[in-house]
Amino acid sequence: MYLFLIIVSFISVFPLYWMVSAATNKSAEVISGRLIPGTYFLENWKNLMAAQNVGRAFGNSFKYAIILTIVSLLVSSLAGYGFEIFHDKGKDILMSIILLAMMVPFVATMIPLFQMFSKAGWLNTTIGFILPTISTPFLIMMFRQSARSFPHDIMEAARIDGLSEIRIFFQMFIPTMRSTYAAAMTITFMNAWNSYLWPKVIMTDSLSQTMPMVVANLTEGYVTDYGMLMLAVLICTLPTAVVFFCLQNAFAEGITGAVK
Amino acid sequence: MSKQKKMTLSKKQNLTGWVFLLPGALLIFIMSFVPMFRALLLSFKSGVGAKMAWSGISNYVRMFQDTVFVQSVKNTFFYLIIQVPVMLILALILASILNNKDLKFKGLFRTMIFLPCATSLVAYAIIFRSLFANNGLINLLLVNLGILDQPYAFLTHTTSARIVIIIALLWRWTGYNMVFYLSGLQNIEYSVYEAAKIDGASAVQSFFKITVPLLKPTILLTAIMSTNGTLQLFDESVNLTNGGPANTSITMSHYIYDMSFKYVPNFGYAAAMSFLILVLVAVLAFLQMKVGDKRD
Repeated sequence: MYLFLIIVSFISVFPLYWMVSAATNKSAEVISGRLIPGTYFLENWKNLMAAQNVGRAFGNSFKYAIILTIVSLLVSSLAGYGFEIFHDKGKDILMSIILLAMMVPFVATMIPLFQMFSKAGWLNTTIGFILPTISTPFLIMMFRQSARSFPHDIMEAARIDGLSEIRIFFQMFIPTMRSTYAAAMTITFMNAWNSYLWPKVIMTDSLSQTMPMVVANLTEGYVTDYGMLMLAVLICTLPTAVVFFCLQNAFAEGITGAVK
Repeated sequence: MSKQKKMTLSKKQNLTGWVFLLPGALLIFIMSFVPMFRALLLSFKSGVGAKMAWSGISNYVRMFQDTVFVQSVKNTFFYLIIQVPVMLILALILASILNNKDLKFKGLFRTMIFLPCATSLVAYAIIFRSLFANNGLINLLLVNLGILDQPYAFLTHTTSARIVIIIALLWRWTGYNMVFYLSGLQNIEYSVYEAAKIDGASAVQSFFKITVPLLKPTILLTAIMSTNGTLQLFDESVNLTNGGPANTSITMSHYIYDMSFKYVPNFGYAAAMSFLILVLVAVLAFLQMKVGDKRD
């Protein structure tokens, strides 16, 4: 049993270790199978900065992902809260219609969205990047599920004290549901940072390109500089890895809430 | 008098609810349902740019004569049928091992197995492409161990290219599904397992008699999510094999993208193909829910 776990863990971690070690070695050393970290990191860094505008792409990705996460959490949690706390027949029916949107694959909406957005002048803009995924059925469902455990008597007491509905939401619901928000944040930020198809469609200008797009660009051409390439992959992985490590436990907790 | 006041209060609350959920609901309609409907209309048209004209079902007829598209459907189903069951079973086994209370270093194992989820899709596709390249580490290893005489071009042979995609998918997503199962297992009282052990049930028996039946809703959820994801596979096809060799590992989404934005844009035809994916996702989700219900 331990042997099995050790093998699976090794397979899980090894490619990532290889990525880090390759980022610090010369391409020729990577090809010759060197597995220990080297001293070529700075050279790889210089080559990478000369090859692609990584700084701008990183900044773009960061901007898009942060704005999307904030707006999406706000809109989706408001909706999930509204669906659960004030639920009636009409809202329950609407919720099941919204859940159907989960079945709509992105490729089926991609072309009309591209047409709509190019007409509206939203190509190469932040709003173009974030608009299709601000509100997702998955997040609404998750917040609706967690609102179920929000104590009603506290809410009644707050109402009697004269607190407005919107203040109950901001001052009581959000602080209570921290772990749900953390899980939703992890999911949304990672999806935004990783998204590739949609930015590839609407970011037609190289100035608006995202980090994954730039990394993919590096593989074009005949000779691959593995050291430089793996450094780019490493940089592209860092933000999601940081988010993952900070919010790992909250993510598991939030999933538990959603699965119940 | 007081009853009337109560009525208006509940009406007011009802209205507040609508205000809360309106932005989210509206966005889903405008960003999902409206484009979906427009894609359906588009799929009955052909032509370029503003010069689109109605063309009946010609796009749908063309789809079944298009050998590359038929190949992309076959490839996608190949990935679906092999990768999803293997991944879910592996994730279930790992989750039930990690659920064992006596296991040491549980947190460490969980983190390591979940770690691949921290990589972006493009990033891991490129890592695997480099590992399986002609001058990559896997070939180096196989040659040095004497298993191969010379490097094997994994990514330019059809079967091995498809297998590499499956291996990469397994690597990236098994840990993710495992976390869902681990969360589901938290809801099962651990004493059930201890009681089964006292009654003489083996680990395999309690896996099939306790874990699998009680986790059924979670298994259904992950099966639908994975099926949905695999039918829309794009990043891996583009960045790992670039659909090659000669489109034999291309996925449906990849081909639709090429048809819309890489070649001379043919939005009508691409919309028709994307609608087929929509129907497939819906039918498979419906079937899975039916099967999930029956076992009750």
